[in-house]
Amino acid sequence: MPGKAPAKSGHLPTIGKSPTGIRGLDEVTQGGLPQGRPTLLCGSAGCGKTLFGMTFLYNGVVEYNEPGVFLAFEEQPEDLIKNVGSLDYDIEKLIAEKKLAIDHVEIERTKIAESGEYDLEGLFIRLGFAIDSIGAKRVVVDTVETLFSGLENEQLLRSELRRLFEWLKSKGVTAIITGERGEGTLTRYGLEEYVADCVILLDNRVQDQLSTRRLRIVKYRGSAHGTNEYPFIIDEQGVTVMPITSSGLAHDASTERLPSGIPDLDQMLEGQGYYKGSSILVSGMAGSGKSTLAAHFVDATCASDHRCIFFAMEESPRQIIRNTRSIGIDLQKWVDKKLLRFRARRPSLFGLETHLATMYRDVTEFEPTAVIIDPMSALMNAGATGDVHSMVLRLVDFLKARGVTALFTNLGVTAGENAATEIQISSLMDTWLLLYNRESNGEHNRQLYLLKSRGMAHSNQVREFIMSSEGIKLREAYVGPEGVVTGSARLAQEAKDKAAVLIREQEMERRSRELQRKRREIAAQIEALQAQLANEEAEQALLDREGTAREDQLAADRVAMGVSRQTRARSDKPAPKPKK
Amino acid sequence: MSELDGYSLRLYVAGQTPKSIAAIANLKKICDKHLPGRYEIEIIDLMKDPALAMRHQIVAIPTLIRQLPEPLKRIIGDLSNAEKVLVGLDIRPN
Repeated sequence: MPGKAPAKSGHLPTIGKSPTGIRGLDEVTQGGLPQGRPTLLCGSAGCGKTLFGMTFLYNGVVEYNEPGVFLAFEEQPEDLIKNVGSLDYDIEKLIAEKKLAIDHVEIERTKIAESGEYDLEGLFIRLGFAIDSIGAKRVVVDTVETLFSGLENEQLLRSELRRLFEWLKSKGVTAIITGERGEGTLTRYGLEEYVADCVILLDNRVQDQLSTRRLRIVKYRGSAHGTNEYPFIIDEQGVTVMPITSSGLAHDASTERLPSGIPDLDQMLEGQGYYKGSSILVSGMAGSGKSTLAAHFVDATCASDHRCIFFAMEESPRQIIRNTRSIGIDLQKWVDKKLLRFRARRPSLFGLETHLATMYRDVTEFEPTAVIIDPMSALMNAGATGDVHSMVLRLVDFLKARGVTALFTNLGVTAGENAATEIQISSLMDTWLLLYNRESNGEHNRQLYLLKSRGMAHSNQVREFIMSSEGIKLREAYVGPEGVVTGSARLAQEAKDKAAVLIREQEMERRSRELQRKRREIAAQIEALQAQLANEEAEQALLDREGTAREDQLAADRVAMGVSRQTRARSDKPAPKPKK
Repeated sequence: MSELDGYSLRLYVAGQTPKSIAAIANLKKICDKHLPGRYEIEIIDLMKDPALAMRHQIVAIPTLIRQLPEPLKRIIGDLSNAEKVLVGLDIRPN
């Protein structure tokens, strides 16, 4: 519900509101300050009350065409104009156009004697005259409590101030009454008793030497309002209140995807990349390639004509541009095309809340598709661990509500309190990429593992992460019996494997050759045996023939012998010796 | 009346309120007693000329300003305490 006063019809009448035009404050108050009523703005010295008031008047004139009167008790008009001159507010022009009037009330006790009864009718007349002469709708009274040190009669002052606030109400002007913070009370002289419709408290707390401005709506009669303490910043662009609470969990869930800039990584994310509006945490040790991964994402986002903000916490924009050039990414061209904006701030520049507030302002102003916070862990130095968690939570909620994809890098330390923070923060993240830098065989090799990615079937593999002059490449890590090996160990292992395969192939070849040889040998043997058999058969046949021939000869011989002896009938008996 | 020791006084009031009437009466009484013939009083009604309130830095009503002799002196109230008026105007009683 940004900016506009709720205009519910058919309901009970809601009180009218005057928008302040101060970014964020109108959201917190759901429309602005109570119209036609005084609002008490209290806070200690130097927390921005006067500037708040002046901004309220300036915006009233410039944005809502409502003239205003500034009744100053503390500062001279010249000083006031000079003080807000740093904000590009041309107050003198507005005064010349009779849209703004500044009246400085000078009260000094030493210069005034008191004798008898008096009232502050003079003040009423002055203010009334100023209001009527420019038709003012807005009034700032800064700081009326100065009267207490200027005049003796406190009793009278109190009743006159009560009358003043009632009178302002009757004039129908929307007023801001500023008051100095007191001990245990909102204002030193208890103005909150008189101005009861709306009370806003400003605060400037210093913790660990870092100051953070905060704003809280103490009460707002007849209206709902944010009750938290909201950080706000004052800089050259005026006042910005950051209405980030951690209450909202109603953001849309987009099914649109944004490529990560690394095709191999997209492959691990269902081939499409991150979800639009999701939060991505990239954690890893120093030098594991977090910023490089982020640079790829920036490059891909800008290349598809989307805007991107790079919140750099440790490096200057020039340094980032130079470094990413070495991996073949030119971020400068996106800066030139006004698609990429760098915001480089040291974490110790100001407190966490102020960081958050400036990020809020940058995001609402530039409306990027994606933001990079590199590294988020640098912010740990700017606040206690719990504060960082709360800050990141609100930042994530805010970015999600706007559908901005956020990539956080986190310098991971394996032990200690940062690890605990990582655990706390990781639960807020939709996608968590872990980058390792493992030492083995005398070299460090990068590995990437997609620990989680909500809402998608992502790869569960550990990949080897290679940075080259053409950017990041992911290689399938070698998973062997000795675990995952990377780098030259992977190369060695692969070579070893190749050698093993070669040997196996050679062995196979050798065996098959042997077999062939054997087969040929056996075939030869068979041939020899067969030849032998044929020989023997031939011999047998020869013998057979010889045998038959001999018997025939013997028979023939016997016949011849019998013929010669003529004594023997049987030719087979040896011839008997002749007897005498 | 000599220029040197003459008193030029301005009394700022807002309409005919009891406090304004009392202040005018009290002032005249004190001046007649302590500055006979040496004073002049200008009464300014801010109801009639409200722009003067800002120009002359008036906050409380009634306000008495000693224009002359310099420096400027301011007294607020209905001037019922004559002693404080004399001290405030730096008048030594005769």
